[in-house]
Amino acid sequence: MSLDKEKIKHVAKLARISVDEAKVESLTKDLNSIFKFIEQLNELNTDKVEPLTSILNQSLRSRKDEISDGKIREKILKNSPKENEEFFVVPKVVE
Amino acid sequence: MSKEKFDYFIKGEKGKYEVVIGLEVHAQVLSKSKLFSGSSTKFGADPNNQVSLIDSAFPGMLPVINEECIKQAVRTGHGLNAKINNYSVFDRKNYFYADLPQGYQISQYKNPIVGEGKVLLDMPYGSKEIGIERLHLEQDAGKSIHDMDPSNTYVDLNRSGIALMEIVSKPDLRSPDEVNAYIKKLRSIMRYLGTCDGNMQEGSLRADVNVSVRKEGDTNFGTRCEIKNVNSIKFMQMAIEYEAARQVELIENGKKIDQETRLFDTKKNETRSMRSKEDAHDYRYFPDPDLLPLKLEQKLIDDLKKSLPELPDKKKERFVKEYGLNAYEANVLVSEKEISDYYEEVAKLSDKKLAATWMMGDLFAMLNDRGLDISKSPISAKHFAELVQAIKSGEISGRIAKEVFEIMVESGDNPKKIIESKGMKQQSDPKELEKMINEILSKNKDKVDQYKAGKEKLFGFFVGQVMKLSGGKANPQLTNEILKKLLKG
Repeated sequence: MSLDKEKIKHVAKLARISVDEAKVESLTKDLNSIFKFIEQLNELNTDKVEPLTSILNQSLRSRKDEISDGKIREKILKNSPKENEEFFVVPKVVE
Repeated sequence: MSKEKFDYFIKGEKGKYEVVIGLEVHAQVLSKSKLFSGSSTKFGADPNNQVSLIDSAFPGMLPVINEECIKQAVRTGHGLNAKINNYSVFDRKNYFYADLPQGYQISQYKNPIVGEGKVLLDMPYGSKEIGIERLHLEQDAGKSIHDMDPSNTYVDLNRSGIALMEIVSKPDLRSPDEVNAYIKKLRSIMRYLGTCDGNMQEGSLRADVNVSVRKEGDTNFGTRCEIKNVNSIKFMQMAIEYEAARQVELIENGKKIDQETRLFDTKKNETRSMRSKEDAHDYRYFPDPDLLPLKLEQKLIDDLKKSLPELPDKKKERFVKEYGLNAYEANVLVSEKEISDYYEEVAKLSDKKLAATWMMGDLFAMLNDRGLDISKSPISAKHFAELVQAIKSGEISGRIAKEVFEIMVESGDNPKKIIESKGMKQQSDPKELEKMINEILSKNKDKVDQYKAGKEKLFGFFVGQVMKLSGGKANPQLTNEILKKLLKG
């Protein structure tokens, strides 16, 4: 698999990273060399190996269904881009 | 009952088209707290007051799964006759939107908690099986409010992180009516199970609708469009009708249908392309590194199955067998758990068939008029059963029963008290009735002579006189018998 410039721009857009046009060329080169390294791993035969999703051999830890959090609006809203007592306020996004 | 034939096709100039529909239903899980945090799920709280640092995606927070949500998903899976998977995985579904603070939704992609199942629909043309593809657990997003400020969007994260079950059907639905029946059946099953309240006004149940069309008889599917987030059955039906007609027109004009995400505009009654969702299918799923795979013990799965309540299909069968109801009556009375509970309480104390008739007639009409659920009925099941028994035993006539019913609604009194205090008891003493009828006949000798001369229509006049004199309380059957006897003599 290799990436061209268009793909790099697309991935950057999906990830919300703004990429300088002048940097696209070198980024493409870097990422392609990383891909090349990863693709070397395909030489190994893994047909009979279960994919490893975690190095811990445990199942998911769960909690009881109890209300133990919330009611910290003031704290939470400190991260809102604009001031408001009740809501996060963001630039208009409308369909 | 004669069976109708299925007949829902879109007629184009070049033939008939079949509509193929699949639904992705999002059902909010009934639980006290959220899927991965301890915030409350209660509807209608002050904005952003049920939000934790996890729900608002502060750095360094770790999600911990709510065990009740897992159980609710397994129960629902059993209710859909589905395979429960012992092993499932949570993935990140990446997309960017203001009401999704994490920048991804925790969902299940390759390994859902519930696999294939099925749901049975009762259609006028017979019963139809709809395949379930899968059910998986995921987080709900927050709510964006666009109309509070001309240049800003307000975001309320109270809903962010509440557990949803996404139930994906196979493309087995063929008409808006089948969609209606399917949603109602899912809702009914989940309400019986207590896994989702099914409240569409509050958004606890909403759906994405996949629609495609094909020439009648074709076996390949056409290109489908997905209509996002429709929140009422009526709108789903309208959206399907519009979208199917749009696709047929494109095909007939030799144009191509683009596979795309569309939005249903309820004011204009049309669907339109959501251009902002161009990248919508580029979700870059990967296993969530914060969450280990979910492994379920077979014993837990089996125990949950054993503890399930009786579900609508089974209950319907039992109502037919045990109470002698017909399929239609049984269907109506099991549609909501609360209705079936009410009916069973009434049926225990009174005539089973008559109870069904009166419930589906006067009681439902009254509840409907007042916009009430049966749980809020002004008439208790016990009082209703007493009314049914009073009719059955002949204590009051059906006509008087309607009056008693009205008074019960207004006063909440029990029917015995009403019948006694208002002297509404039916006159069923043959001697009393005979005395009254003789009196009437002797007062109307001319009419009696006319009747005997062959003017039989006058029989109604005599009945009317008896009713008038008795204040509507004379037992109609007995009145008829005695009148006939005395007029012959």
